[in-house]
Amino acid sequence: MKMYLELYASLMHLLPPGTSRHKREIKVAEGTSVQNVIDQYHIPLESAHIVLVNGVFVCEDRNQHILKEQDVLSIWPPVAGG
Amino acid sequence: MSWTRKILRVNLTTGSIATEPLNMEWANAYLGQRGLATKYLVEETDPNVDALSPENIFIMATGPLTGTMASTGGRYSVITKSPLTGAIACSNSGGFIGNEFKNAGLDMIIFEGKSPTPVYLYIENDIVELKPADDLWGKSAWEADAMIHAKHQDPNLKIAVVGRPAEAGCLYASVMNDLHRAAGRSGVGTVMASKNLKAVAVRGTKGVKGLDNPAEFFKTVSDGKKVLADNAVTGEGLPAYGTQVLMNVINGVGGLPARNMRDVGFEGAENISAEAMHEPRASDGKPNLTTNGACFGCTIACGRISTVDKTHFSVKDKPQYHGASGGLEYEAAWSLGADTGIDDIDALTYVNFICNEDGLDPITFGCTVAAAMELFEDGKISLEETGGIELRFGSAEALVASVEAVVAGTEFGKILGMGSKRMCEKYDAPELSMTVKGQEFPAYDPRGIQGIGLAYATSNRGACHLRGYTIASEILGIPVKTEQADSDGKPELVKAFQDATALVDSAGLCIFTTFAWGMEDIAPQIDAACEGDWSVDKCLEAGERIWNMERQYNNAAGFTADDDTLPKRLLKEAIKSGPTEGQVSKLGEMLPIYYEVRGWTPQGVPTPDTLSRLGLS
Repeated sequence: MKMYLELYASLMHLLPPGTSRHKREIKVAEGTSVQNVIDQYHIPLESAHIVLVNGVFVCEDRNQHILKEQDVLSIWPPVAGG
Repeated sequence: MSWTRKILRVNLTTGSIATEPLNMEWANAYLGQRGLATKYLVEETDPNVDALSPENIFIMATGPLTGTMASTGGRYSVITKSPLTGAIACSNSGGFIGNEFKNAGLDMIIFEGKSPTPVYLYIENDIVELKPADDLWGKSAWEADAMIHAKHQDPNLKIAVVGRPAEAGCLYASVMNDLHRAAGRSGVGTVMASKNLKAVAVRGTKGVKGLDNPAEFFKTVSDGKKVLADNAVTGEGLPAYGTQVLMNVINGVGGLPARNMRDVGFEGAENISAEAMHEPRASDGKPNLTTNGACFGCTIACGRISTVDKTHFSVKDKPQYHGASGGLEYEAAWSLGADTGIDDIDALTYVNFICNEDGLDPITFGCTVAAAMELFEDGKISLEETGGIELRFGSAEALVASVEAVVAGTEFGKILGMGSKRMCEKYDAPELSMTVKGQEFPAYDPRGIQGIGLAYATSNRGACHLRGYTIASEILGIPVKTEQADSDGKPELVKAFQDATALVDSAGLCIFTTFAWGMEDIAPQIDAACEGDWSVDKCLEAGERIWNMERQYNNAAGFTADDDTLPKRLLKEAIKSGPTEGQVSKLGEMLPIYYEVRGWTPQGVPTPDTLSRLGLS
């Protein structure tokens, strides 16, 4: 199925080739979890700090959060500002 | 001690200059900087004083850790009554001048009265003189800075100075120091100019002495620096990306207001983000971001130093803006960009340069332009009234023309210089002013992120993120993640952030340390530097005492619980789309609980028991 992966800040270099700044369309198998995508794109565990699916925080176990068609998974390392 | 125990008192009306000992009883209760200077303001002025009258006082204050080896220990604050809000004003700045005050042997300078003619204060250790500033009046902050440096032939002189809008009465003028650091909010620069005080120039070489326990201080400071270096946010994220990294984060979670907070979510956010600042541009292959920068003693270095594309319309005929200078921080990028619907990063950077050059608070300026854009699009301001500026959302040309109008003091520039509250009242649309207590919002929407709405509504200086930065918890997970849509637990969270921040702002430290440090990291540094037992509990109690003192000042100045509110738009108009669709602020649920948690009456007044417990009776 098709979904989208967005990586920001120091994680941008882990994006597969493409033209958009942060976003890539990716294909994953049915039943793929958030953690499966994090592993597949070699995102270090400690760098997957802010993890959103469709703009909503993934607060539960990332292995238990199963992605759906057209979902947007967005990931940031630890950051802050103000 | 690491107070110098010395205050400079300057009466601008008479020209008299005197030193006096610091009130150590007060220092033991209010620590320094924000807390201690507010205590002096409370004791010496009527809260109902006209902020721009000679009877208001204007204080520049350091904290006990300013000028020491503590990381970020270079802060100073300006404390006075705000002409924008009528509430307490306390604006904190980094750069290098705080350290210089301390090295000249001063904890604090209190300015009273009003000089009959423009002056600047020159300090070189024990030499303190008021000097004529007739030639500096009418100059930008940057021009005046260069002229003062040239007069004294001392490149190490540190200068705090106001620009032309402050002289003209713009109500959100800042006090600039070190060219691009600012005591930015609440119009403290306007108060300085109202006293005919153009600048303070200081050189100090005395060293900072008198640490209470030097060996322990060096150990605690070293421990603290290691915590900052090892932390992913303060050791990596902030130096690399600065505060601007939040642009995509806050947009992503449905918390980024846009177009005068009419919308939430900005389609151009990534074009004005930290990541965009790193990208090479077509014209010269260089990125907007030149380098990062640090204030005195800082081991984080979040500052942005940037350039504008030389071919950009804003600067192509202005080579004076082709060099690197203070670049976009998140709050300014939001107010100048998302809130005006503009995603032209070069235009925003240029306007930010102008805000630095002439001393304007970019948050209030950007939000005021955003409100003016909505007034214009609603037909409430005519093209004739704007002086020909097509003031439409998304127009970078309009934003550039607006900042130049404020600096030039055109008729429309003077209207923008009122701030959005007075401007919207003038055009019979007060509901379009996105303010609390007359001060404009920073870059987080209270509908999408509940705790920050309560923090805005109850902030003692009007809408402000730096009085209780619950975003740390609600979005960034620092120190623990709370749910952004929940109102449960937020009154307690807001109080905890407000009290801790009041203490940090009184120490001489930067609030950004708290992304890594807890009070258990901060208190030992204060305790080792200062006499007295500065335990974690004492620090938190002092923070709470400071917060309540500020509240008492505002209450005495005429503020009531009715002022602890948000614009109707944020309470009634639900977010139209995105992950936070359908939400409004639940302020009504949170505020009564907050008053109770604070030990205040349902009318928002500290109870006698609370005042007694905090030694404020």
